[in-house]
Amino acid sequence: MQMPTPDAGVMARRGEIADALRAIVPGEGVIVDEDALRPYETDGLTAYKTLPLIVVLPETVEQVAEVLRFCKREGVKVVPRGAGTSLSGGALPLADGIILGLGKFNRILEIDSANRCARVQPGVTNLAITKAVEGDGFYYAPDPSSQIACSIGGNVAENSGGVHCLKYGLTTNNVLGVELVTMDGEVLRIGGKHLDAAGFDLLGLLTGSEGLLGVVTEVTVRLLRKPETARALLIGFPTSEAAGDCVAGVIGDGIIPGGMEMMDAPAIKAAEEFVQAGYPLDVEALLIVELDGPEAEVEHLIERVRAIAEAKGAVSVRASQSEEERNSFWAGRKAAFPAVGRLSPDYYCMDGTIPRNRLPEVLRRMRELSAHYGLGVANVFHAGDGNLHPLIMYDANQPGELEKAEEFGADILRLCVEVGGVLTGEHGVGVEKRDLMETMFTEDDLKQQQRVKCAFDPDGLLNPGKMFPTLHRCAELGRMHIHRGQMPFPDIPRF
Amino acid sequence: MTETLKPETPDQLRDAVAWANSDLKPLELVGRGSKRGIGRPVQTAHRLDLSAFSGIALYEPEELVLSAGAATPMAEIEAALEEAGQELSFEPPDYSRVLRMARGAGTLGGVLAGNLAGPRRIKQGAARDHFLGFEGVTGRGDAFKSGGRVVKNVTGYDLCKLMAGSWGTLAALHKVTVKALPRGQKTRTVLVYGPDAAAGVAALSDGLNSPCEVSGAAWLPASIAGRSEVDLVAKPGEAVAAIRVEGFGPSVEYRCQALRSLLAPYGATEELHSQRSRAFWTAVRDVLPFADGADERVIWKISLPPTDAPAFLHAVAEIKGAEAYCDWGGGLVWLALDAPKTGAEGVVRDALKRAESGWAQLFRAPESLRAAVPVFQPQGAGLDALARRVKESFDPNRVLNPGRMSEGV
Ligand SMILES: Cc1cc2nc3c(=O)[nH]c(=O)nc-3n(C[C@H](O)[C@H](O)[C@H](O)COP(=O)(O)OP(=O)(O)OC[C@H]3O[C@@H](n4cnc5c(N)ncnc54)[C@H](O)[C@@H]3O)c2cc1C
Repeated sequence: MQMPTPDAGVMARRGEIADALRAIVPGEGVIVDEDALRPYETDGLTAYKTLPLIVVLPETVEQVAEVLRFCKREGVKVVPRGAGTSLSGGALPLADGIILGLGKFNRILEIDSANRCARVQPGVTNLAITKAVEGDGFYYAPDPSSQIACSIGGNVAENSGGVHCLKYGLTTNNVLGVELVTMDGEVLRIGGKHLDAAGFDLLGLLTGSEGLLGVVTEVTVRLLRKPETARALLIGFPTSEAAGDCVAGVIGDGIIPGGMEMMDAPAIKAAEEFVQAGYPLDVEALLIVELDGPEAEVEHLIERVRAIAEAKGAVSVRASQSEEERNSFWAGRKAAFPAVGRLSPDYYCMDGTIPRNRLPEVLRRMRELSAHYGLGVANVFHAGDGNLHPLIMYDANQPGELEKAEEFGADILRLCVEVGGVLTGEHGVGVEKRDLMETMFTEDDLKQQQRVKCAFDPDGLLNPGKMFPTLHRCAELGRMHIHRGQMPFPDIPRF
Repeated sequence: MTETLKPETPDQLRDAVAWANSDLKPLELVGRGSKRGIGRPVQTAHRLDLSAFSGIALYEPEELVLSAGAATPMAEIEAALEEAGQELSFEPPDYSRVLRMARGAGTLGGVLAGNLAGPRRIKQGAARDHFLGFEGVTGRGDAFKSGGRVVKNVTGYDLCKLMAGSWGTLAALHKVTVKALPRGQKTRTVLVYGPDAAAGVAALSDGLNSPCEVSGAAWLPASIAGRSEVDLVAKPGEAVAAIRVEGFGPSVEYRCQALRSLLAPYGATEELHSQRSRAFWTAVRDVLPFADGADERVIWKISLPPTDAPAFLHAVAEIKGAEAYCDWGGGLVWLALDAPKTGAEGVVRDALKRAESGWAQLFRAPESLRAAVPVFQPQGAGLDALARRVKESFDPNRVLNPGRMSEGV
C-alpha cells in the first residue's frame, strides 16, 4: 500500500507551520514532540503507522476554520480525526500533513426531547449520547461495537452501523444535520432539526465521506424512544445453510428483528472460551435474534421465530427469560473480536457485504482460501443485512504473515463483489480497501466521485490517499473530450 | 417545437446525453411526466423521454431488494411488492390528483429523484433512505453507477443520497435498486377530537415520544377534517389529531389502547380500523384536502421542527384563503393559500424564519409563479455556491433539467 509521496517542502517548514498553528490554537493544542505524536500514528487498523507532521487539537469552530484556512493557503494536508478507532485506516496520518483532532469537541449542546433530537459536538462518544438521554427514555440507535470509544463525528464520516441497524438504520438514517467547515474555512450548516433537504441532500453525501469533504464540528442526531421490552433467542444450527434458511424464513414471514447476528463454529468457540456465555459448542452456526417492542408483540414474535427456527432444523433454541440472560446471549457476540484476539497474536477484521442467500457458498470458499493461505478465519455476520466480518488470524511477528493476511482479506472482498456484494458494509474504504475500488467501480465511476470531491476541496488537501486508488487533479477531471456537431445516434427514436 | 429523444438502451442514453453536452442542447428529463408541475419550469428544445427504461429486473423478497428500470410505473412496482406482502416502506405519495396530472404516481425513478415520502417518513425515512444503487449517465455524458444491491454499503461516496432529491439535474438514471420491506399486517389510527394546533402537535409529540412505534402523526383543522371522506373524521366537525400504529395484530391492538389512554387528556378519542385508517392516511399522504378540482389555491410544502409548527401556522393564518394541516408529527406543513401572483412568498418564508430550521417549497403554483419565485428554499450564499459546484461536477454545461431546482442548477 503506497501513500502519496510526502511533500519535502512542507516537511522542511514544520517549525514555521507549528508556530503559525500555535498562533491559532494557543496553549497545549499544538503537538510536535515525537513522544506526544506517537499515540496518533495509527488508528484501529494498527498494521499501518505514520507519524504525523503535527497534531492540532482546536477547541472552537473558529479555530477549526482558521486552521483550515491556513492549511489551504500554505498547501498543507489535513487528516481529521475523532477517536481513532477506524478499521480502514481512515484516520491514518500523513507524514506531510497535520492531524486535526476533534477530541476537545466533547460537549452535548442540547437535548430536545420534544423534537426527539440532540445537538452534540463531534468528539462526543456514540455511547455518551445514549447515556445522556436514557434518563428521559430515549436512545441513539446506531450502536457500533466500538461505541464506548468512537466519536459521533467519526460515525458520520464512516456512516457506521451496529447490530441494530437492520431495523433502525445506519448513521445516515439517524442524523438530521451537521455543521461543516470546508477546506476554505467556511462554516456551513446543513440540515437542522427538520427532515429532508431543501436542495441537494448534501448531508447524505457527507455521511460516509470519510473525512474527505469537510470537517464536521456539530451533529444533530435523531433520538428514538427506548422499546418497552426486548428479548433474544439463541439458536444453534448444524449447518450454516440451515441458519441462512432461518434468517430468510424470518424475513419472509414479515419480521424485521431488532438484531439478527450469526457466528460460525470458530467464532462460537472463541467467544465461549472467552466469556462463557453458555453457547452450544456442537453447532456449526449460531443465530442471535433479538425482538424488541411492546411486550405483546415480543411475546408473539418470539414464538413465531422459534417455530421458524425449528422448522429449519435448529438443534437448540433458547429464549431469554430475563434481561440478564438476554445480555449473556449478546456477551459472546460483543466480545467476539477480542475473543478471537486471544486465540491468535493478531487478527485482521474484514467487512464485506453479500446478498444473504450467497452465504453458504461464500463461507465454503472462505474455508478453501483459509486452507490455501494457511491462516485461520472466524466469522461474525450481521445476518439480517448480509454484512460479513471475517476475522483473519495471523502473527505479525512471522515474516510475511501480515502480507498473507492482507492477500487473504483482499480475496475475500473480491469474492464478496463477485457474488453481487460490496467491499465494505460499515468500516469504510480508507487506505485498506482503496486499491480494491476498481473491482467494484469503473474508472468513470471513480472519476465522477472525485469530481464531487473537487466541488468541496479542489486542491485535494483533505485526507488525500484515502478512498481513491488513483488521484487525479481536479483540472484534469474537469476536462471534457467533446466532438461538437456530430450526429452520433441515428438509431435513437425521436419524435 | 420540442423534439423528443427516446433512447432504448443504456448506450443510446449515453449517446443522447453526450450529444446534448457537446452541442450544448439542454434536455428536459421525463419519465411519465407525472411530476412536471413540481419545481421551476424547464424550457428546452429537446426532451429526453426515459420511458423505455421500464420493468422489474430483479425482485428477491427474502433479500429485501428490488431493481427496476428507472421509468417503471409505480403501479407495477407496488403490485409486485404487494403480491409478496411487501412495500416501499417510505410510503411513496401519488401527487397526480393534487397536481392535476394524469392519474398515476409516475415512476420509481421519479419518486426517487424527488426524494418523496409519505406519513411514515417519521419512522421509516424517505426515498433517500431506501435507495440502494443506480446506473445512469452524468450530464457530461459518462455512464456511471453507485451503490449496489445490498442494504449495508459504505463503498465510496453515497451518491444515491445526492441523486435523491436532485430532480434529474445531475444525471439521467436508467436503472435503480431499492430496499423492499414487509408491510404491516394490521393498521389502526387513534383520533383525538378537538385540539387546536398547539394542543394537536403536543398530542402528536406525546404519541411519538411513547414506545408505541407510531408510524403516522397528523393534525387537521376542523375545516379540513370536515371534508374528509372518512365519516369518523368528518362528522364531529372538529379538528383532529391522528396517530397511526401498524404491525402484528396483538401488538397493534395493544398499542392502540395504550395511545387512547395516553391521549385522553387532549379530548375524546376514537379509533379507525383497516379500511378507514388506510383512506385517512392516503388523503394525508397525497394532499387530497387540496385536490378538489375547484381548488385553485397555491400550495406550499414546509418542513420544520415539529414544535415550531403551531407558531408557523399562526403566522400564516391571516393570508387570504390560508388553510393548513400537519403531517410528520408537526414537522411537515401543507399550506394552501390564495395568492396566484406572489404565492405570498414573503409572508411564508418570513414566518419560517422564526423556526429553528427548515424549508418551504412552492409545491403547486401556476407556471408563471414557479418561474418568478424560488421554488426551493434558498440556502444562503455558502450552501448555494456549494450546490452549484456539485451540479457542475456532474453537469458542467447544465444540459440536464437546467433551472429545475434554481437558476443555475
Ligand atoms: C473494536 C472495534 C469495533 C468496531 N465495531 C464497529 C461496528 O460495529 N460498526 C461500525 O460501523 N464500525 C465499527 N468499528 C469501526 C469504527 O469504530 C467506526 O468507523 C467509527 O465510526 C470511527 O469513529 P472514530 O471517532 O474513531 O473515527 P476515527 O477513526 O478517528 O476517524 C475515522 C474517519 O473519520 C474521519 N473523521 C473523524 N472525525 C471527523 C470529523 N469530525 N469530521 C470529518 N471527518 C472526521 C477521519 O478522517 C477518518 O477518515 C469498530 C472499531 C473497533 C476498533
